[in-house]
Amino acid sequence: MNKLMLGNEAVARGAYEAGVTVATAYPGTPSTEITENIAKNYSEIYSEWSPNEKVALETAIGASIAGARSICSMKHVGLNVAADPLFTLSYTGVNGGLVIMVADDPGMHSSQNEQDSRYYARSSKVPMLEPADSQECKDFVKTAFEISERYDCPVIVRLTTRIAHSRSLVEVEDRIEYKLKDYIKDYNKYVMMPGMARKRHEIVEKRMEELREFSDSTSLNRVEGTSKDIGVITSGIAYQYAKEVFGDNASFLKLGMVHPLPEKLIRDFASEVKTLYVIEELEPFIEDFVKSLGIKVIGKDLLPVTGELSARLIKERLLGAKLPKAPAIEENIPGRPPVMCPGCPHRGTYYVLKKLKLRVNGDIGCYTLGALPPTESMDTCVCMGASIGMAHGMEKARGRDFGKKTVAILGDSTFIHSGITGLIDVVYNKGNSTVIILDNSITGMTGHQDNPTTGFTIKGEPTRQVDLVKLAQAIGIDRVKVVDSFDLKELENVIREEVNADEPSVIISQRPCALLKNVKYEGTQHINDKCRYCKMCLSLGCPALVDRGDHVEIDEALCVGCKLCSKLCRFDAIEKAGDNNAKA
Amino acid sequence: MQKLNIMIVGVGGQGTLLASKVLGHVAMKESYDVKVSEVHGMSQRGGSVVTYVKLGPKVYSPLVEKGEADIILAFEKLEALRWLEYLKDGGKLIVNDQEIDPMPVIIRKAKYPENILPRIKEKYANTISLDALSIARQCGNIKAVNTVLLGVLAKSTNIAKETWIESIKEVVPAKFVDVNLKAFEAGYAI
Repeated sequence: MNKLMLGNEAVARGAYEAGVTVATAYPGTPSTEITENIAKNYSEIYSEWSPNEKVALETAIGASIAGARSICSMKHVGLNVAADPLFTLSYTGVNGGLVIMVADDPGMHSSQNEQDSRYYARSSKVPMLEPADSQECKDFVKTAFEISERYDCPVIVRLTTRIAHSRSLVEVEDRIEYKLKDYIKDYNKYVMMPGMARKRHEIVEKRMEELREFSDSTSLNRVEGTSKDIGVITSGIAYQYAKEVFGDNASFLKLGMVHPLPEKLIRDFASEVKTLYVIEELEPFIEDFVKSLGIKVIGKDLLPVTGELSARLIKERLLGAKLPKAPAIEENIPGRPPVMCPGCPHRGTYYVLKKLKLRVNGDIGCYTLGALPPTESMDTCVCMGASIGMAHGMEKARGRDFGKKTVAILGDSTFIHSGITGLIDVVYNKGNSTVIILDNSITGMTGHQDNPTTGFTIKGEPTRQVDLVKLAQAIGIDRVKVVDSFDLKELENVIREEVNADEPSVIISQRPCALLKNVKYEGTQHINDKCRYCKMCLSLGCPALVDRGDHVEIDEALCVGCKLCSKLCRFDAIEKAGDNNAKA
Repeated sequence: MQKLNIMIVGVGGQGTLLASKVLGHVAMKESYDVKVSEVHGMSQRGGSVVTYVKLGPKVYSPLVEKGEADIILAFEKLEALRWLEYLKDGGKLIVNDQEIDPMPVIIRKAKYPENILPRIKEKYANTISLDALSIARQCGNIKAVNTVLLGVLAKSTNIAKETWIESIKEVVPAKFVDVNLKAFEAGYAI
């Protein structure tokens, strides 16, 4: 039976069909839907949102050594977090098969960098597969488990945004009955002390030799077409673009296994064609290898290492095509950057931060949007959890007075992911930083995943809830305050007080995400004739409030009725309009 | 079997993903090869969003490129303007006559372009505009804008109406099927 599936859904299906029983992940675009689909559709698989990618991978390793097939999914920057276990997992190898899904984001649709995960496969000496559509997503995951068990190693399957988030047809099959492998205590294999690890490293090198031979013979790497003029070596989404451009006018070496690369296959293919292209997104990973074999090839001298490729770009850059432009109607089309949603609880916090003119070390989540106009209240954002360490570092560099104008701000899920270690640093090393945790009861930006602070598991089952107040107190924070994000006055007072306190503090700014199903505001607001056009409400940056030049209007199709703007209005000009925005 | 490149453009939160999901189902039922490329994550928060839907005997790239779209289904006027250069010569534009101000306009750093629809129609004769928001409201739920627009789109293809209706029933959550079918019919009647 054929089904139309997202790449990520097909990965979930592949894991199911392969007999996987443990799936772990930390959500991150574009990888999130893999584990969401496993949790939703396949009750045979235990699944979890782990606190971060490192723990997710360690859980998967435990499951594998215990004899199960396990899968662990993350976005590209998540693999940085999981890199520590990854490199030594390569030495220990597996018992039940273990597959790591990593989703890169060329073009940075939803990321802070566009690193190329293929280098992780190379430096950790772990094989990597790369599918080019949803069918391959499913098939390659199953093959990856076979490789994992045959060669006693983890296997990374790399997706990119356009593979993970494109739907295409998938032939679904039955799940295999996978019998747990016996658990065998083997400290020479699983306890990586120097004496054992030295021996394992030899085994890893021998394994790489065998995998290189496998890469030359596997059907994951295949030659298509008969052209002797043009040859294209490519993989993943770049294969689809290249097919679109060259069609039958070129031969293709379509690589499904991108590490280790098939040396003999590449040499044979290159010797058959007059002009050889390597078409790949991001870094010249395949190209550098081909060049190292002494083969002449055209690639990144013409194609960019930044951003995504497209069929048009390949036509223009490689074939010199001059493509027609459509008639322009408007030259200056206003941009439409993402914004915090109407009703977003973060809006209250940002209003206060702007008013107090504080230096804000930001973090990764919906609230990163507070960096954009009109709030413009964020000075830095580097990676998950970085806000706290950076605020601490700023104070250590420039002294206490500088610290009094500086805060760290991050979400509940981000705090658990890797903010907590930064907070311990502040306490231990006598810092005074003020840390604001935006607790909106959910992991927001990735599309509403539960986390250890929400009290629910990935399956929506009630569980023990991490108490942020007690947690902060337990690591030595004496000043912990909880404030409603929409109580602007109280929030202002608390933040003012805490930045001036000569000890570290945690402010939990609390209000659930307005998109959550159980959040119900009544009706929408509208503006009456008491409005004096003072524009106070506009400073909130709510997309439902529109400046008409001489008056302000509320777009009732957008307003959710959170009433934050009413609180700011000094003329009682914002009042309830109706109930016609019932949640769908 | 014809090749059909469709783009669905709009503002994050308007329901473009549901529309593309229905469209994908329709294509599958009609035995097309099909690829649907979506945007998840950050731009879903009120940003400019685009979904590409390509159908044909065999589809490689999931992306529709500039000058290649047979149909653009625009949920908002400014977004129609933004993505218009993707329309092929003689391609069809279906545009919802709704204005959602982007943040630069809201804070008066930029102006919302005036008279978008007449100016588009001057250069792109094959344009249908409609007030899908009002139609959806009449049908009972303003969130059904997406199925109103799907109705108009359905009329512009030669795929059987029943296939669309079946797909809506399969994709839309059960309790919203009735209002969405009503919205679809209203769009189809335009």
